[in-house]
Amino acid sequence: MIGLEHYLTVAAALFVIGIFGLFLNRKNVIILLMSIELMLLAVNINLVAFSSYLGDLVGQVFTLFVLTVAAAEAAIGLAILVCFFRNRGTIDVEDVNVMKG
Amino acid sequence: MTVFAFTFYLFAISTLIGGLFTVVSRNPVHSVLWLILAFLSSAGLFVMLGAEFVAMLLIIVYVGAVAVLFLFVVMMLDIDFAALKAEMTKYLPLALLIGVVIIMQLALALGVWGFADGVDGRLAAPSGDMDNTRALGLLIYDKYIMLFQLAGLILLVAMIGAIVLTLRHRVDVKRQNVMEQMSRDPAMAMELRDVKPGQGL
Repeated sequence: MIGLEHYLTVAAALFVIGIFGLFLNRKNVIILLMSIELMLLAVNINLVAFSSYLGDLVGQVFTLFVLTVAAAEAAIGLAILVCFFRNRGTIDVEDVNVMKG
Repeated sequence: MTVFAFTFYLFAISTLIGGLFTVVSRNPVHSVLWLILAFLSSAGLFVMLGAEFVAMLLIIVYVGAVAVLFLFVVMMLDIDFAALKAEMTKYLPLALLIGVVIIMQLALALGVWGFADGVDGRLAAPSGDMDNTRALGLLIYDKYIMLFQLAGLILLVAMIGAIVLTLRHRVDVKRQNVMEQMSRDPAMAMELRDVKPGQGL
């Protein structure tokens, strides 16, 4: 049986990869959204690992809700992205401050 | 090394490779495909943890819906991705620095972490003979029914929001106006003109 620490290590590494992606792709919003999905996936791995090792299903219930929120966030984020691209013709994050007063 | 351990390391490594290439890939379409690999491998990890329902849900929701949505958007937008990637090397040192700092913090936290007193008894306890989906269903539809309904509401709001954000009325396209059609009557639709001989209208 694989120890709980192994799953936690994978989740931690995936989370850091997500943060790494956030800083690496400062301009491309699509990759930024994907990095956020990776970080949420790492959180899900943590929740499911603890839920499995503690014999408590509440962790998996929470994983369902995290999944729901992640899906909703991706849908809204991409919709905003499409809207922004129609107006500006680019998805560069540096241009998103047009609403600044 | 047992088969179980080998399977774990296979899924873990492919999850991490998928995640890493998602963020460093030059082509966003490749990024989405690597993301799908990461999701599928972590679904394998979930199956190994005994969470089959969440694993299948991950495949359906992430691979079937979210990743396809990403693919649609990547292919729909006409963007010069090479220009966006050009400054990637500029941000690489900062990204590496922050990544190393956070992974060291997480390693420190994991190093001193341990289960609280009294939890050890639950670790050895079997999780019951009920299968995962049934147990989860009993929990969701009973104790967490409120949260479940709210999750549905979140999805509804997200759906309406996405439609409202991307809907646009184009003026150069002829559309059917139902109310205008229904409110027509012969008196409005027809006009009688008295045409004079030799003059026309």
